[in-house]
Amino acid sequence: MTLLLVALAILGASGVAALAAGRRPRLATALGAGGTALACGLGLFPAAAALAGGPPEHVRAAWDMPYGSLDLELDALSAFFLLPIFLLGGLAAVYGAGYLRPHAGRRNLGLSWLFYDALVGSLVLVVLARNGVLFLLAWEAMALSSFFLVTFEDHREEVREAGWTYLVATHLGTAFLLALFLLLGREAGSLDFRDFGAHGPPAHAGALFLLAVVGFGAKAGFLPLHVWLPEAHPAAPSHVSALLSGVMIKTGIYGLARTLTWLGPPPAWWGWLLVGVGLSSGILGVLFALAQHDLKRLLAYHSVENIGIITLGLGVGVLGLASGAPLVAALGFAGGLLHVLNHALFKGLLFLGAGAVLHATGTREMDRLGGLFRRMPRTGTSFLVGAAAISGLPPLNGFASEFLIFLGALTGALSLPLAGATTCLAALAGLALIGGLAAACFTKAFGAVFLGEPRTGETAGARDPGPAMGIPMAVLAAACIVVGLLAPAGAGAIGSAVAALVPGAHGLPEHVQTGCAALSAATAVGGVFLAAAAGVALLRRAVLRGRPVASSVTWDCGYARPTARMQYTSSSFAAPLVEMFRGLLRTRLRLEATAGRFPGRASLATETPDVCREGLFAPAFRGVARLLGSLRWLQQGSVHVYVLYIAATLVALLVWRLA
Amino acid sequence: MTSGADAVLAGVAVTNFWLLGASRLGHSIRVTAAQGILLGFLPLLAAGADGGALSLRVLALVAASVLLKGLLFPRLLFRGIREASIRREIEPYVGFTTSLVLGLVLLAVSLGIGTRLPLPHRPVSTLAVPIALFTMLSGLFLIVSRRKALTQVLGYLVLEDGIYAFGVLAVGEIPLLVEFGVLLDAFVAVFAMGIAIHRIHREFDHIDADRLKVLRG
Repeated sequence: MTLLLVALAILGASGVAALAAGRRPRLATALGAGGTALACGLGLFPAAAALAGGPPEHVRAAWDMPYGSLDLELDALSAFFLLPIFLLGGLAAVYGAGYLRPHAGRRNLGLSWLFYDALVGSLVLVVLARNGVLFLLAWEAMALSSFFLVTFEDHREEVREAGWTYLVATHLGTAFLLALFLLLGREAGSLDFRDFGAHGPPAHAGALFLLAVVGFGAKAGFLPLHVWLPEAHPAAPSHVSALLSGVMIKTGIYGLARTLTWLGPPPAWWGWLLVGVGLSSGILGVLFALAQHDLKRLLAYHSVENIGIITLGLGVGVLGLASGAPLVAALGFAGGLLHVLNHALFKGLLFLGAGAVLHATGTREMDRLGGLFRRMPRTGTSFLVGAAAISGLPPLNGFASEFLIFLGALTGALSLPLAGATTCLAALAGLALIGGLAAACFTKAFGAVFLGEPRTGETAGARDPGPAMGIPMAVLAAACIVVGLLAPAGAGAIGSAVAALVPGAHGLPEHVQTGCAALSAATAVGGVFLAAAAGVALLRRAVLRGRPVASSVTWDCGYARPTARMQYTSSSFAAPLVEMFRGLLRTRLRLEATAGRFPGRASLATETPDVCREGLFAPAFRGVARLLGSLRWLQQGSVHVYVLYIAATLVALLVWRLA
Repeated sequence: MTSGADAVLAGVAVTNFWLLGASRLGHSIRVTAAQGILLGFLPLLAAGADGGALSLRVLALVAASVLLKGLLFPRLLFRGIREASIRREIEPYVGFTTSLVLGLVLLAVSLGIGTRLPLPHRPVSTLAVPIALFTMLSGLFLIVSRRKALTQVLGYLVLEDGIYAFGVLAVGEIPLLVEFGVLLDAFVAVFAMGIAIHRIHREFDHIDADRLKVLRG
């Protein structure tokens, strides 16, 4: 715990130092990125120690804040979330040092690093806080610092727009959390977490659960509260997108998990709800990702999808708890939690890779990229690893967590009573659909960006980024492989986190162990397959040695004059699937078709706006604006009238109270 | 000494009416200064009424407020007039006669409210709270009903006078820091508005606050 406090202090100091050095961008970057990396490296040790089975550590200090106390605790659940925070926080900081270099002198980098450190620090506080006031303050600090990070390039209209969307969304979520904590605190008599649910489950546990799902879901990106994600993630600088998508949205999952520990034994409908939310977020998230043209927007929709998978895992776990099936519960929770870590690794990696592409070419439009694999081999390779991991291919880490959820849902479908079994079956089918669509989507993304021939001039001259950006990507790619291979052996760590999530339930870690044993068989098969593929590659090389090998252009099917425009575009690749789900996606199509025997110009443009944003939030906010617009006559623009309002209010209040 | 405080308060009420009926800018500035000086001596009377000795604290406060309100502010405001070459006429939205009648109404309201306001301890004079309220309301009324930015500064000064009177007479033990804080606030306000008026004049060639409407969102 001391090390954690030291890490927090270093974060604060490095942020302030970077701000002070703001006029000298090089120094500010060194201070900001270096301090963050150091703090994150230090913080990993206590987190790992707590996961390895160390006892929960506790720090408590008095605070003048009413109902507040400086109450921090490191238990296995907190430690499990600290792991991705420190890992990705440190790596993204190193990456950011390279990524922000072109902005030196034009933007205040010191300020940006201050907010970065504030974000990492508040993330750490959110998972450590054990008092409602402290938690909400850290939550708000997290929201504000990430808002300022998202609006780093605030001279661009769409970035400002995205920033506002995010700010509104996060505060709407916080409003629900405020209600949640007030209700919990009223019952417990204090806002300390250890008093919540200490005298048996709270009276209106169902209502509290719903408040938590909405409040934390807005941060996590549950459908239909996800609308800020596809706006904010592309707008932010890429290392920030990685941190937001990889770590920050997981605090929503953490909050939900922590709330579950206070609400007592869950009824079955909580599980149904979570599975439903998970399915809708997962399926619609990946479908919308398929229809995107912007690489970072596509990744943002995949965050919605992966949050859906995590929620599915939690839902299966809750269902298992509710029906008294500890094996199902253990597998569901273990899969969900493990996916939190895994998503942080591969989504962080993918966002960093997308950032490297953006850095090298200046565009995020997939249909303007292409052929980057030969020009940026290191970026391409790590992006490929990330893409394979997010698609859930064995033996990478995405497979490990999804396999555990699969196993949990399968066990549930076979052993639970009818309603629970049906839900588990739906989860099973949904998870399979999500996995397939994700694989299709990343085939599209990787193919359009890295394979084929460059579509534009700026792509042709792209190069791999320097070591500051390259090394974090390589480390994350390695982590995806290592975690995938070692996941079966890490059952103990996952088991202790699951045990912290369900206090009072016995035997869960042992059930996690059972699941991991099954996982090791599957991973081994995947490993064998991978080894076989490597063997074939080596064999090919051996056979071809000494023979002439020629390479030719990719698109050379007998055309006299092939051009890069003959390639599949990302849209044309995804078109069959997008067409299939036309009713859900409502893609807008502008087609200028060819006509006549010697056709001239033709064009096709597609655009897939977010259905929830267009159909749900836009009308709602328009209604609010209309309502408030009717008060517009109050704004006269004259100081006299404003003072008159104040004076009239004052006199009216005085007369009302005294006369 | 209560009679002394009462006399001062009556004088303040008279200056309020005077301001409501005044049509010349320079005249208004002088009356506001006179009101400031009158109120500046109030702490002396209040301390005397309590039977306490005249502490250094009270003397410092009296000196500071008389100097600021009686000398410095009028000087700044006259300079503002000169530099912005404003027409020395007050342009009211509400005519002077109507202003005076409304002033009477405000006084009646203040008397009505002021006697009922619950206070931690008895004020020095029964007139204290009503007159203080009346001064505040007159200040607000001046801000609302006069067109020029400079008259608005005067309005804020009158408002501040009201707050000051309330503080000295009704609450009694305001910490020194707060009293000086209020004075400092007023000083900065006058200073800032003087500069702002100058700038607005240079930019738009007039200082009519009502014509700043084009800036609204």
